[in-house]
Amino acid sequence: MNSELAVQCQGVEKSFGNGGGKVLALRGVDLDVRYGEMTLLVGPSGCGKTTLLSVIAGLLNSTKGEVTVLGERVQRLTGRQQILFRRRNLGFVFQQYNLLPALTAAENGAVPLLAAGVSRRKAIGEAKRLLSKLGLSDRLDALPKQLSGGEQQRVALTRALIHQPRLLVCDEPTAALDAETGQTVMELLAAEAVRPERAVIVVTHDNRIFSFADTMARMDDGRVVGVESRSNFQDEHIFLPHHEVREEVRV
Amino acid sequence: MNFVAWKMLTGDRAKYLGLIFTIAFCTFLLENQTSIFAGIMKRTGSQIRDVTDADIWVMDPKTEYFDQTKRLKDTDLTRVRGVEGVEWAVKLFKGNPVARTLDGKFDVSICLGLDDATLAGAPRKMILGSWERLHEPDSVVIDKAGYELLFPDEPLQLDRTLELNDHKATIVGISDASAPFASYPVMHTRYSQAVNFVGQERTQLSFILVKPQAGVNPLDLTKRIENVTGLRARTSEEFQWDCVVYYLKHTGIPVNFGITIAIALIVGVVVAGQTFYIFTIENLKQFGALKAIGVTNWRITGMIVLQALTVGAMGFSIGSGLCTAFFAITLQNMATRGLVLMWQNVIGTGVAIFVVIIIASLISIRRVLVLEPAAVFRG
Repeated sequence: MNSELAVQCQGVEKSFGNGGGKVLALRGVDLDVRYGEMTLLVGPSGCGKTTLLSVIAGLLNSTKGEVTVLGERVQRLTGRQQILFRRRNLGFVFQQYNLLPALTAAENGAVPLLAAGVSRRKAIGEAKRLLSKLGLSDRLDALPKQLSGGEQQRVALTRALIHQPRLLVCDEPTAALDAETGQTVMELLAAEAVRPERAVIVVTHDNRIFSFADTMARMDDGRVVGVESRSNFQDEHIFLPHHEVREEVRV
Repeated sequence: MNFVAWKMLTGDRAKYLGLIFTIAFCTFLLENQTSIFAGIMKRTGSQIRDVTDADIWVMDPKTEYFDQTKRLKDTDLTRVRGVEGVEWAVKLFKGNPVARTLDGKFDVSICLGLDDATLAGAPRKMILGSWERLHEPDSVVIDKAGYELLFPDEPLQLDRTLELNDHKATIVGISDASAPFASYPVMHTRYSQAVNFVGQERTQLSFILVKPQAGVNPLDLTKRIENVTGLRARTSEEFQWDCVVYYLKHTGIPVNFGITIAIALIVGVVVAGQTFYIFTIENLKQFGALKAIGVTNWRITGMIVLQALTVGAMGFSIGSGLCTAFFAITLQNMATRGLVLMWQNVIGTGVAIFVVIIIASLISIRRVLVLEPAAVFRG
């Protein structure tokens, strides 16, 4: 595997169910994700973006093909090895944040370190430091319900980054946010998450954040149908989600 | 992650308190009902337990419990005394004369006639008066509860008179005899006096109390007495258990208590299980996120078990505290005297509560363990 590649998917297939009810969610995906880049996975609903993200993150096993993440063939790891691999190397940002409602912002941010066995004091201290960096220094002790959507997503970003993962996977990070907040979150993500030793994959429908991508992979019907680098896709409509394209055609 | 589990548990105050209340309620009911049940069953052998001088009771072969007596022949006493290993054997009479005070208040009583010469078999704890005065004519020793029943709201006083089956009796002592199964006054008197109170029958001997010689095993001696005399011989402990078994078999008491105990268990399992299940389901997305982040199933199981054990321990402590307070209060009441919270019931309830919370947590754990971490991406 090329040492510049954080993720390499070759002929990845994933099906759900069996017999007559079998659904092929991924139909031979080939995709490379480089270190130091933010890669956006875009495409219409049901095209397989989230399934591909789950396979890359080791949350689902592919039915066929090879997935290499950070030099490790994740499908060949045992269940426990996959869990430990995720704990050490992956950070997650979810569409609905999935913060623990009973924990403060600082405590939520510290969860990955707590899971890794770091002492509570040290973990929360580290979370506070990172939250302050992300502009939440005055909200450290607030519960999720006391935070706005943008603030919650920043806490989620803290939780995703606190253990210095080498791969960050984000599922629709701006979908639950208004345009302005989404933009702010993406700016933070680009500024804080993208590092030479780390790769970032973002699944999104939101064409307003396309400008943050270094690479954009468009998916349709379970396949990657196009991969473009920043210089190629700026100002082009091909990467707009289908409904946006349809709107433009109608106009 | 224990800290996270604790915060998740206490974060939802309503469910947290609801779980503790459920467990506390379940604990209180279980400890309370099993202790009262055990206490009532224990009362069936109170008069046997009060006899500390003798270790063996000899009775008619068909006798099953204390209140069921068939008179023995006086010669049986001589035969028992002749059995090898018997240190001494004395007569004991048991009858149920009606006790009536001078102002007309009356109740059935338990009258125990002790060996005239030795007074063997008398309860040792006297509140007022002395056993020696039983040698006086028409004298009886009454238990404190019986006194308060016949002379309500009156101070304890010796030399008061009452009638036992129309025979005059003088109270020469007030004892602290154990509470009998029914709240009857317990009278102790001399054997010859008791026979006089109850009325003449052809035979009068209810029980023979036996003391084994030093070094003789009471169990072995009971077998020997049975072989030699054809009578039934039981150690004090065996006879107490006979009474318990008799009441278990022939009364509705175990069914009534059993239903309450079963309801307490079912309510505990269902309510605690359901509340805990809902609590876990509401946190399912968060548990999914934890699994995705890299928290193992074992760790999540540990978190849920910790939560269950925490509410279990708190609920159990509160329930046990309430139950202790309950018995501390009822101990002062004459009708419920002697009913105490037994350590065996506390341990038994603790085990039952542990099972309840384990069942409750298992229902929840199963749901979390089958949860695919990828589900967190589905919104």
